[in-house]
Amino acid sequence: MSYTIWILLTATLVGINCGLVGTFLVLRKMSMLSDAISHSVLLGIVGAYMVSHQLQGVSMLIGALLVGLLTTFLVQLLHQKGVQSDAAIGVVFTCLFAIGVVLISLFADRVHLDVEHALMGEIAFVPWDVLEVGGRSIGPKAVWLLGFVLAINIFVIVFAYKELKISSFDSEMAITLGIPVVLIHYVLMGMLSLTTVASFDSVGAILVVAMLIVPSATAYLWTDRLSTMLICSAFIGVLASVIGYVGATAFNVSISGAIAVSTGVIFFVSLWIAPKHGLLRKWMKKSPA
Amino acid sequence: MNNMDINVQWVFTSMALLGLASGMIGTFVLLKKQSLIGDAMAHAALPGICIAFLLYGQKSLLFFFIGAACSGYVATACIQFIVKHTRIKEDAAIGIVLSVFFGLGIVLLTWINQHEGGNQSGINDFLFGKAASLTGSDVNVLAVTTIIMIIITSVFFKEFKIITFDRAFAQGIGVPVSLLNGVLMFLIVSVVVVGLQAVGVVLMSALLITPALAARYWTEKLEWMTLLAGVFGALSGVAGAYVSLIAYVPTGPLVIIFATALFLFSFLFAPKRGLCSKIIRRHVERKKLRVKQLMYERGEQL
Repeated sequence: MSYTIWILLTATLVGINCGLVGTFLVLRKMSMLSDAISHSVLLGIVGAYMVSHQLQGVSMLIGALLVGLLTTFLVQLLHQKGVQSDAAIGVVFTCLFAIGVVLISLFADRVHLDVEHALMGEIAFVPWDVLEVGGRSIGPKAVWLLGFVLAINIFVIVFAYKELKISSFDSEMAITLGIPVVLIHYVLMGMLSLTTVASFDSVGAILVVAMLIVPSATAYLWTDRLSTMLICSAFIGVLASVIGYVGATAFNVSISGAIAVSTGVIFFVSLWIAPKHGLLRKWMKKSPA
Repeated sequence: MNNMDINVQWVFTSMALLGLASGMIGTFVLLKKQSLIGDAMAHAALPGICIAFLLYGQKSLLFFFIGAACSGYVATACIQFIVKHTRIKEDAAIGIVLSVFFGLGIVLLTWINQHEGGNQSGINDFLFGKAASLTGSDVNVLAVTTIIMIIITSVFFKEFKIITFDRAFAQGIGVPVSLLNGVLMFLIVSVVVVGLQAVGVVLMSALLITPALAARYWTEKLEWMTLLAGVFGALSGVAGAYVSLIAYVPTGPLVIIFATALFLFSFLFAPKRGLCSKIIRRHVERKKLRVKQLMYERGEQL
């Protein structure tokens, strides 16, 4: 398959993954936790490299998962010990990210991962890093990784749909119904970490945040149903990837940056024209005509 | 060599001043629960800096400052607009603005890298900060602006205190609340922009809140907290710059690691509010209670 299609496929998979996980983050008012985890995952990747001496596959996923859960745990811990929640997030992720950056610069000559790459990603190089089975290439590694994570995400969402739904909308009711709310929280954070690390290598830390939050928030303007919102936000993610890729190749700029900008454009348009919660509709309702 | 040493001293001085100013201003950011808005502002400064570079054509701290301040303001306005007019909550609004503005910044940065040639190296330093890259004139600007900010903060200290803790009361006694909020916002934008080159976009918000959070553990009085936050900020700034110069590691992360170490130390060992003293106090109280209980039971038996 050609170069462009692999890139588009990667971006599409990122869009679907992030759209699905992001929906729950936006509903649970935990958007900034995704900002935190997307930064601190860097430490997980560096840590995994230092232990396993390779920069790919399972060890990276495990490293990211551990650091992601550690971030959630530390934020929770500081919050319980009396630190206000916004400051708890701010302190934890900046510190973990700073440690990650320092470790990368110390081992810069041995790690094929520079810091700018981590922030901006390099989706343009994805098609050349292929997975080989028995001497034949079966497509880029990033695509397989993202597909694998997508399978996990869909499995968890289908399997625990009701639990996720109730605990996201009404956690007190979920507790009275005997749903393990804390477990669900950490499962979601695990999904977030996996999604982040799988997307991270191809699109960078900042785009992951854009893809997680913006399409889901946009979908939140379009619909009131959770199932519709999940599909809608995945679709917006894919749409933004395609528009961003086309725009980036036209102007020869960073693909991940352009995708982030196009999520912003879609959000801005939806802000006005969304049927129920759009501003135009609201203002038309207000003025008697 | 001698010349070099003087430059290094200047870098240390300006890092200390920057830490002092951001610690002091960060105290108010923290107490007003706006830590994440500081983060958004720092990220949003990037497109402003790039646009300023595209318009002016070369690196100039003054134009960068204006550009970053403008985009910082636009970002805050966007966040407030989204929160006010839609059902999207503040955290998601901050996330949207932060990531989209930063994405735009990255797009512009790659555009500049491709179209303006090797001129861009100064801009790339804004991502993670590089105290060693500060030139003589940068250091002068940094020193002067931070001193001005420290003076403004000290002059308006009492007013800031009132609007932070009791807005309604401030309005009642005729303090111009929205004007002062504007001044405070201006200070936050300024310190973020000035700090970008030394600490970087990603970690600037931490330089605002981490020292302030550490200071919160040592005192209940705002005066002392502000001063202490400034001192913590200055200490981490100098320590970070020092290690950065000898180890060739970006300055921003090091400064933040030192600041976080100060926070952890305060969190664990501060006299009244620290975790250790809380545990000890609980232990002592429990013992006292047990003794009381014992005496009570004995009394019953007699």
